[in-house]
Amino acid sequence: MTTFPEFIQQNEDRDGVRFSWNVWPSSRLEATRMVVPVASLFTPLKERPDLPPIQYEPVLCSRATCRAVLNPLCQVDYRAKLWACNFCYQRNQFPPTYAGISEVNQPAELLPQFSTIEYVVQRGPQMPLNFLYVVDTCMEDEDLQALKESLQMSLSLLPPTALVGLITFGRMIQVHELGCEGISKSYVFRGTKDLNAKQLQEMLGLTKPAAAQAGRGPQQPQAPPSNRFLQPVQKIDMNLTDLLGELQRDPWPVTQGKRPLRSLGVALSIAVGLLECTFPNTGARIMTFIGGPATQGPGMVVGDELKTPIRSWHDIEKDNAKFMKKATKHYEALANRAAANGHIIDIYACALDQTGLAEMKCCTNYTGGYMVMADSFNTSLFKQTFQRVFTKDVQGSFKMAFAGTLEIKTSREIKISGAIGPCTSLNAKGPCVSENVNFGFITFLECLFFSFYLFLQHNAPIPQGGRGAIQYVTQYQHSSGQRRIRVTTIARNWADAQTQIQNIAASFDQEAAAILMARLAVYRAESEEGPDVLRWLDRQLIRLFMFHLRRSPFLQVFNNSPDESSYYRHHFMRQDLTQSLIMIQPILYAYSFSGPPEPVLLDSSSILPDRILLMDTFFQILIYHGETVSQWRKAGYQDMPEYENFRHLLQAPVDDAQEILHSRFPMPRYIDTEHGGSQARFLLSKVNPSQTHNNMYAWGQESGAPILTDDVSLQVFMDHLKKLAVSSAA
Amino acid sequence: MNVNQQPHMASPYGQPQPGYQGYPQSGYGGQQVPGGYPAQFAPYNGPASAYQPGPPQGYSPYASFPSKALAANLVSDLSSSSPLDLGVRGPPTSGAPPVSAAQAYSQFGQGEVQNGPPAMGPPPQRSPVSQPYSQGAMNLTGPQPQYNQQFGAPPTSMQQMTTQMAGMQVGSTVPSPAGPGYAPPTISQAPVSAAYTPSDPSSYAPTPTVPSQPPPAERVPQSTPSQPYYGAPAQQPFPTAAPPFSAPGPAQAPAPPLASQQSFPQGPPPSQPPFSSAPPQAPPTASYGGPLPPVQAPHPRAPPPTSQPSAFPGGPPPTSTPSQYPGPPMPQQSPVSQPSPFHSGPPPLPTTAGGFPPQGGAPPRPLHPGMQGPPLASQGPLMSQANHVAPPQPGMLPGQPTAGMAGPPPPQQPGMQGYPPQQNGAFGQVRGPQPGYAGQYPGQQNYGAAPPAQAPAPSAPKRLDPDSIPSPIQVIEDDKANKGSEPFVTGVRGQAPPLVTTNFQVKDQGNASPRFIRCTSYNMPCTSDMAKQSQVPLAAVIKPLATLPPDEIPPYIVDHGEGGPIRCNRCKAYMCPYMQFIEGGRRFQCGFCSCVTEVPPHYFQHLDHTGKRVDCCDRPELSMGSYEFMATVDYCKNNKIPQPPAFIFLIDVSYNAVKNGMVRMVCQELKTLLDYLPRENPDVQSNIRVGFVTYNKVLHFYNVKASLAQPQMMVVSDVADMFVPLLDGFLVNVSESRVVIESLLDQIPDMFADTRETETVFGPVIQAGLEALKAADCAGKLFVFHSSLPIAEAPGKLKNREDKKLVGTDKEKSLFQPQISFYANLAKECVTQGCCVDLFLFPNQYVDVATLGVVPTSTGGSVYKYTYFQAQSDQERFLNDLRKDVQKPMGFDAVMRVRTSTGIRATDFFGSFYMSNTTDVELAGLDCDKTVTVEFRHDDKLSEETGALMQCAVLYTSCTGQRRLRIHNMAVNCCAQLADLYRNCETDTIINYFAKYAYRSILNNPTKNVRDSLVNQCAQILACYRKNCASPSSAGQLILPECMKLLPVYLNCVLKSDVLHPGADVSLDDRAYLRQLVSAMDVTESHVFFYPRLLPVHKLDVESDALPVAIRDSEERLSKGGVYLLETGLNLFLWVGANAQQELLQNIFGTPAFSQIDPSMTSLPVLENPYSKRLREIIESFRMQRSRYMKLMVVKQEDKLELIFKHFLVEDKNNSGGASYVDFLCHMHKEIRQLLS
Repeated sequence: MTTFPEFIQQNEDRDGVRFSWNVWPSSRLEATRMVVPVASLFTPLKERPDLPPIQYEPVLCSRATCRAVLNPLCQVDYRAKLWACNFCYQRNQFPPTYAGISEVNQPAELLPQFSTIEYVVQRGPQMPLNFLYVVDTCMEDEDLQALKESLQMSLSLLPPTALVGLITFGRMIQVHELGCEGISKSYVFRGTKDLNAKQLQEMLGLTKPAAAQAGRGPQQPQAPPSNRFLQPVQKIDMNLTDLLGELQRDPWPVTQGKRPLRSLGVALSIAVGLLECTFPNTGARIMTFIGGPATQGPGMVVGDELKTPIRSWHDIEKDNAKFMKKATKHYEALANRAAANGHIIDIYACALDQTGLAEMKCCTNYTGGYMVMADSFNTSLFKQTFQRVFTKDVQGSFKMAFAGTLEIKTSREIKISGAIGPCTSLNAKGPCVSENVNFGFITFLECLFFSFYLFLQHNAPIPQGGRGAIQYVTQYQHSSGQRRIRVTTIARNWADAQTQIQNIAASFDQEAAAILMARLAVYRAESEEGPDVLRWLDRQLIRLFMFHLRRSPFLQVFNNSPDESSYYRHHFMRQDLTQSLIMIQPILYAYSFSGPPEPVLLDSSSILPDRILLMDTFFQILIYHGETVSQWRKAGYQDMPEYENFRHLLQAPVDDAQEILHSRFPMPRYIDTEHGGSQARFLLSKVNPSQTHNNMYAWGQESGAPILTDDVSLQVFMDHLKKLAVSSAA
Repeated sequence: MNVNQQPHMASPYGQPQPGYQGYPQSGYGGQQVPGGYPAQFAPYNGPASAYQPGPPQGYSPYASFPSKALAANLVSDLSSSSPLDLGVRGPPTSGAPPVSAAQAYSQFGQGEVQNGPPAMGPPPQRSPVSQPYSQGAMNLTGPQPQYNQQFGAPPTSMQQMTTQMAGMQVGSTVPSPAGPGYAPPTISQAPVSAAYTPSDPSSYAPTPTVPSQPPPAERVPQSTPSQPYYGAPAQQPFPTAAPPFSAPGPAQAPAPPLASQQSFPQGPPPSQPPFSSAPPQAPPTASYGGPLPPVQAPHPRAPPPTSQPSAFPGGPPPTSTPSQYPGPPMPQQSPVSQPSPFHSGPPPLPTTAGGFPPQGGAPPRPLHPGMQGPPLASQGPLMSQANHVAPPQPGMLPGQPTAGMAGPPPPQQPGMQGYPPQQNGAFGQVRGPQPGYAGQYPGQQNYGAAPPAQAPAPSAPKRLDPDSIPSPIQVIEDDKANKGSEPFVTGVRGQAPPLVTTNFQVKDQGNASPRFIRCTSYNMPCTSDMAKQSQVPLAAVIKPLATLPPDEIPPYIVDHGEGGPIRCNRCKAYMCPYMQFIEGGRRFQCGFCSCVTEVPPHYFQHLDHTGKRVDCCDRPELSMGSYEFMATVDYCKNNKIPQPPAFIFLIDVSYNAVKNGMVRMVCQELKTLLDYLPRENPDVQSNIRVGFVTYNKVLHFYNVKASLAQPQMMVVSDVADMFVPLLDGFLVNVSESRVVIESLLDQIPDMFADTRETETVFGPVIQAGLEALKAADCAGKLFVFHSSLPIAEAPGKLKNREDKKLVGTDKEKSLFQPQISFYANLAKECVTQGCCVDLFLFPNQYVDVATLGVVPTSTGGSVYKYTYFQAQSDQERFLNDLRKDVQKPMGFDAVMRVRTSTGIRATDFFGSFYMSNTTDVELAGLDCDKTVTVEFRHDDKLSEETGALMQCAVLYTSCTGQRRLRIHNMAVNCCAQLADLYRNCETDTIINYFAKYAYRSILNNPTKNVRDSLVNQCAQILACYRKNCASPSSAGQLILPECMKLLPVYLNCVLKSDVLHPGADVSLDDRAYLRQLVSAMDVTESHVFFYPRLLPVHKLDVESDALPVAIRDSEERLSKGGVYLLETGLNLFLWVGANAQQELLQNIFGTPAFSQIDPSMTSLPVLENPYSKRLREIIESFRMQRSRYMKLMVVKQEDKLELIFKHFLVEDKNNSGGASYVDFLCHMHKEIRQLLS
């Protein structure tokens, strides 16, 4: 048998699942005592180029409350053509198409290596993908121009059959009618008045799709579903390009000392409403591009007076952010509506100031949308990130899926207590869900982690040596328009904690557990006071990187705006394990003449004059030239043929950084700095302040750089922790 | 009359002869021997003058005559006045006034004409009084007086004299009869003219003399008296004339006048003889032309009658007539009962006998007697009464009777046709009378039916000869003849301008041109008691931005610099000619409130020896009646210089609008029209920006920014909460965005060509325009093209509430009220922003104009309605209206305030505007056609010395975005004598006021009450006159003030209008539409609207520029062989008689066959013959004169369309029960008598 680490790795590669414990205690009591809950990190749509989609539909357990999918763990009676559901033990007949089944002729879903398998649903029409651009026009011309170009470029990246729509907003909201000859038409709404779907439908003159279809009868092939506002790219490509080209900065005058009136709240509401009316339960992305905070109407986060700054953490703590609650509520309602219809909301916020992401975070979090924050639309950060949204995989389809739902089946002994991640509950009740948890389905996400807990049912007798099984059933709309179902079924052994404690301990997945706990902490941080969370965390954990977690922007709001916090947390909650780890504990590589690049401690002592440091914090890629190196560079040695090695040295971290930049989404901020540079603060704020102005002399001057901070260093933290651990144990 | 007189004065001279000739000829000549006419006239004049003289001046001698004379006078007054006025006066006046001292004249004149009577007694008195004013008083008066004197004199002497006005009254009343009378007068004039031309007179004289002796006698006296009168009057008038006319008029007049006058005086005498002679003998009658003879004929029988008529004037008739007279009088009084009348007649006679004169009408009476047997008599009486009214007619009488003759007239007409109806009437009547009467009666009965009051009349011999009652045509023609040739100079206070139907030039010398302001009376009563007693409305009809003809200078612009216009400290009146500079020019005293204000240093100027500023003539504000000030920033909203205004076009693109072609038409037209936006300097681009919106259930705004390749449409479907979706690019400069705009206008019709949307909104449309203007922070005008009742869910949604059952009930008023208050509130907002709304309606069914029109009528906008719009037939009308409307010079965001001198104040305002307080008239938009009628009330006494001043100041934003103040100043006289008041009224203006007043009243009162109160007020006015200014005359006699002799006929037109008296086929929308339309009409338009112009185009003289003389609006005036053009201000009809000559038809229609004329044609074929050309020119010129394009309808006799056409023959009784003129006059007479008793 392989070691646990190997097992874990293998599992992750195949199924995208990692458990905090890979052997489960067989009683609830023991599970509770284990502090770190039994939980999994699951990537529903882990990229599996080697996994061929199966062109038929899954076989379901016939029990109405179960509906589990036939899987390799099921017991099959080939002669009777029966199979037993491994979750509810129901015996099911194979459907007629399985008549030829035998031990040597097994369908793919029964092969053990297909614990994860993907079906393509053939029924129903192929629904198009919808991309609805919601564009802010209150921005500098330069920004707007860049944005327009990005949008125009994106049209070429969309599949020709995809439907696109355009909503622009400033003081007013315009829903553009596409594909009209000559005069371009748009429906205009004022930004101060929210509209429900029904009103919107009337005002836009949208025929009710339901009614229209009912009239036509089910069998009649549906005309390509499109309307005046959402049209196939191939058809209105030129038109839309022109339209975007003619987009003007919001023409309403902005008097001095005022912010432009930006009706983001209503614009989003209209976007959601539009899709709700026309394409419910069909994959759609609402891509929102904003250049500033919403300043009027529902969802406004700040008034239009420039003299009143946008809320800060300070204001929020003092309950002094008067718009925040209302706005949050507004966006939450929108997010829920969008999620319920399987629509994704992306937010691309590019502004120097905050834009209200703190209020809007639910939009992306609930719907699985992206949140991208940059300083300007005219930066490569935005441009490349945006471009990367449309990345295609080897098969030429988007690395994104739509309108996904995830259903989890569990053995009778297990119940789900909840999930954390970019998802919303469908509020479905089932035997797999314990009463107090509202969770069922999620809208889709690409390649993102989501986590949940497993709890043992109270004292149910567990057959020794039995296995607990969990089945993830993810339905989603593939970017080709097909509906697909991906089924992942896994099983883990039960173990009696009293007798097999070693086993259980050995199955502990440190990294997964750390991330799980971190997410739990962040989750709580969202809803509770900061210090409380830290205290809770301190009580819960005693591991190294919790030190960094404590200092990370996910929990610390000091020096971060509410928007930034939301942004960081957003990404932390959805990146996979490796990336999440990087976020908590940035990686530091050192380049020097003394040897090949090496990872070094994230410590102030690593900052040496003759080194180049490459730090990856996930959000930033930072290259730091030590004092000496930077002097060399300034002297231009790299340009001299005889110092070619120096040039290589300088180039090495840049190349590495590029590699990271190319693969990461969202694109990190790329920083090139040097000793004493202002941007070096990013590095200095991350490293363990083992040397500070307080103790630098004590530590000697031969190495490292002192950090001017009052934060405790790891050393102090550990000392303290040890004391606590002992005392608490006592 | 005054007016007429004046003109006469002035013009007469110049034109006297022509006028005469023309007149006489046409009328007379047509009738009978020209020679005869003159003769007759002469007699008339003669007698009249003679009489007058007698009375006024102790004509004791006359007295003897007087009796007759009186009668005659009455008649003459009446008749003479009117007729005379027309013809005679003209000349005389002119002659007289010029000649003699104006003052003297005026005095007389005043006294005489209307005052004829007054003159008599008063002459002296008046002269003093009037003299000062004299002028004002009138030239007219002057002239008239003369005439009157001639005619009136007798009357005056008799009753009239006493009454003063009797003559007037008579005359006025007579007017119609006057027709005939007029004719005579004309003749008389002729004589006058003759007088001028010595030869003629003489000739005339001779004839007359020959005729009857009695007359001679009269003549003599008359003549003598008349002469004096003349002399006097002449002098007075002259002066008067002089002032007004200033150099030119007088100059001309003077020279000739003198001579002429002299001659005139002389003339009269001779004429008298003729007159008398005429009367006495049949021949004369003949000579009289139809008129006299007829009259006489009736009574005495042809011959006698003639004589009688003459008798009227002259003693002879009286004598003989006396008996007859009685009869007539009776009738008059008795109108009720025929027989009794007769008897009663006698009584009157007695009175008359003594007071024969009173009957002035008397003459008529005689006629009556003669005319009718008893019944006739009764009728006659009525007639006579009417006539009496006409009595003047009496003079004319003859005419009256003739009128009675209605029946007969036709026959005569044939012969006469060319002649003024009166004359014709006279003729026809003469004979036909009785038969005609009979016929008429019925009519009367009907009449009675309509108004209960009238009932009695019917019973009585109601018959009046239509020709014997005052004729609008006659009055109009007289005024044209008398006043059309000389410029009207405004410098003299209290001077009544020519009628609106007269072409004249105005010279502003200190008072506003009548094109800007017209008053109901140019002589205001000094006290409120007088005003109350007379019931004459004191009102001014103000058209602040009226367009002036090219030969008049538009108001100068005055800039007083940074301090703004100089104003009185207390009442804030603007600097004007009424400000009196004192203390060497360092201060000025306000003419309105008497407050003394310092003159700012930069405005200081020395005074000359008369106390006038030396620079008086260089400064328009010190020498002109109308001018403009540049306003400073203090006069701007929010103290900000205004932005140039904007025009926003809002086009309905619902199914109906698209289908009937309106959308395409508007878009097509706008492309060219946008080049003609209002501007002040034709060489410069207009500053006005434009915006476009289309709508059905939702609104579509268009971004037409110049930088766009294509317009952008922005749909706003949130109609519940309207807003403007864009700012930049919505309102654009035409020249910059031309390409985009054209592209838009090209595409709009196609975009909506297949629309299936039938519902529309309306409230949000206006809100949208309003919001757009708000956003752009400018004033402007919305052009809304709308097709249907707004039933879509939105603010301002309406429901169909058309319920014809309510018509005639007390709830009828609710149909004129808006059904919801939403629009009133919206209108208020619009006004605040300076957003004027013009509404073009294209309804296929009920659209509730009463409600939709609220905003336009409150914002100074207009409503245009094209029911059952069809692209083909209505295109021309709509597009022309649109063009005119867009190009109209106009002001925006205007506030008008009328200041008056202490003693009166503006209390009520009528028109299309909004008032948030009691003094400021707020007009979001004010175009050149919008008129505001202002009513004044006394709050103190006025003084005769200072008169009454009013200053109308309109603060507005010009189309270039300049803020300006337009000032109109008006000074009128004040009088302590009611007679003066009645002598200086303008009936057209009064009618304008009455119509507006009534049309507003129906919002809150049952229609019937409104009608009754109108009749009542009118009766009171006339009764008051009768009582105070013509009391000596018989109670049974209808005596009308000369100036108001048309009041009954016009009032009847108002009462019969579709608004107050709807026919079954008149929709509620039409009524509401007309109601709103009239409320902003000026006098010119209201005149033709209520009394349409009917031209016999078959008499068109291709060679001359002159139009054929219009005929009265009555079916019986139409000849089967004729072709007539009828103009109402809104419509044009070409009526083709079934027997029209082929050649005529060929010339007009290009086909000789009556049956081949296509009644659906909307324009005449373009034919290359002078006749067709001229006719089309005339039609075009008519259209040019009106603010709205008139669609031409061809009506063939006996065709279905004829019903519509007949609706506009307002002297006839109409299908829905509207009274005929004759009936109404009887009714009015009865009302008056009731009041008097």
